[in-house]
Amino acid sequence: MKNLEKYKKIFTDVFSVEESKLNEQFTRDIVSNWDSIHQLNLIVSIEDNFDVMFDTDDSLSLTSYFTGIQLLSKKYDIEF
Amino acid sequence: MRRLLENKVCLITGAAKGIGKSIAEKFAKDGAIVYVNDLKYGKMDEWSKIISEKYKTKVIPLYFDICDFDEAKKAIIQIKKEQKRIDVLVNNAGIITYELLSLIDFEKLRKMFEVNVIALIHLMQLVSKIMIRQKNGSIINMASIVGVKGAKGQLSYSATKGAVLSITKSAAKELAEYNIRVNAIAPGMVATERFLNEIKGRFEDKLENVGMKRLATPEEIADAYTFFASDRSKYVTGQVLGVEGSFTI
Repeated sequence: MKNLEKYKKIFTDVFSVEESKLNEQFTRDIVSNWDSIHQLNLIVSIEDNFDVMFDTDDSLSLTSYFTGIQLLSKKYDIEF
Repeated sequence: MRRLLENKVCLITGAAKGIGKSIAEKFAKDGAIVYVNDLKYGKMDEWSKIISEKYKTKVIPLYFDICDFDEAKKAIIQIKKEQKRIDVLVNNAGIITYELLSLIDFEKLRKMFEVNVIALIHLMQLVSKIMIRQKNGSIINMASIVGVKGAKGQLSYSATKGAVLSITKSAAKELAEYNIRVNAIAPGMVATERFLNEIKGRFEDKLENVGMKRLATPEEIADAYTFFASDRSKYVTGQVLGVEGSFTI
């Protein structure tokens, strides 16, 4: 599975949403069920799937679908 | 017969000597795969090979400064990659001072908080992330009777160990839902080489306050660690176990 597909699947699984909903509007402020439990599940799932371990700052900055992609590509050299 | 800690993956900090070394030996004897950490490169190489062969397990040295967040993270990732899991974290590394309030060296105090408290929390944070996935794990922190009861001339040290007690209790509450246990051991006076050097002319009279009239051996402290590391304590969390021979401090 390609990295982008893998990344999308994490979001669809964690938030139980369809892939078509994953866009620039998919942010912590807008998504109603993006609470601390979902945040933790999201981080755990991303770390497992991409074999990385986030710093605390990374975990806190992961506030949208797009910031996650930026974080993984810039800091952890994951290609999308 | 299956040993008590057979194949449990354990990390012990400050394991090159004293109580940490005794814990590592005890865990190896009980069948654990033991990652032993200390600062000085090469110091545990020979000993870890001997112990590995003696107890037919793996004792693997990991040299890093627990205060260096990047090094600590790399070490945890290495264990995860090699073993796929971490079952037990023993936060044993620590530094100690003996100073009256009026003579406290604040540089030493800051360093002591960095090692005894901040680095300990950071390692708990890293390891708990892995344990949360496993839905299982045991974290054991080195406290002290001094942190529980206080001691004249040890305000700085007791402050750091008091912090360890409250960290242990709070973490236990936060991690219980993931089946991660967090406990602490609070030794009294232990016959480590370091303590025996310190005791000369300073603490001999304190033995009178120990009900058992003797120091603990490092192995006796390690026994308590084995209990918290093993499934014999699988419903025990947030506890501070005094191993102090009835010491009235």
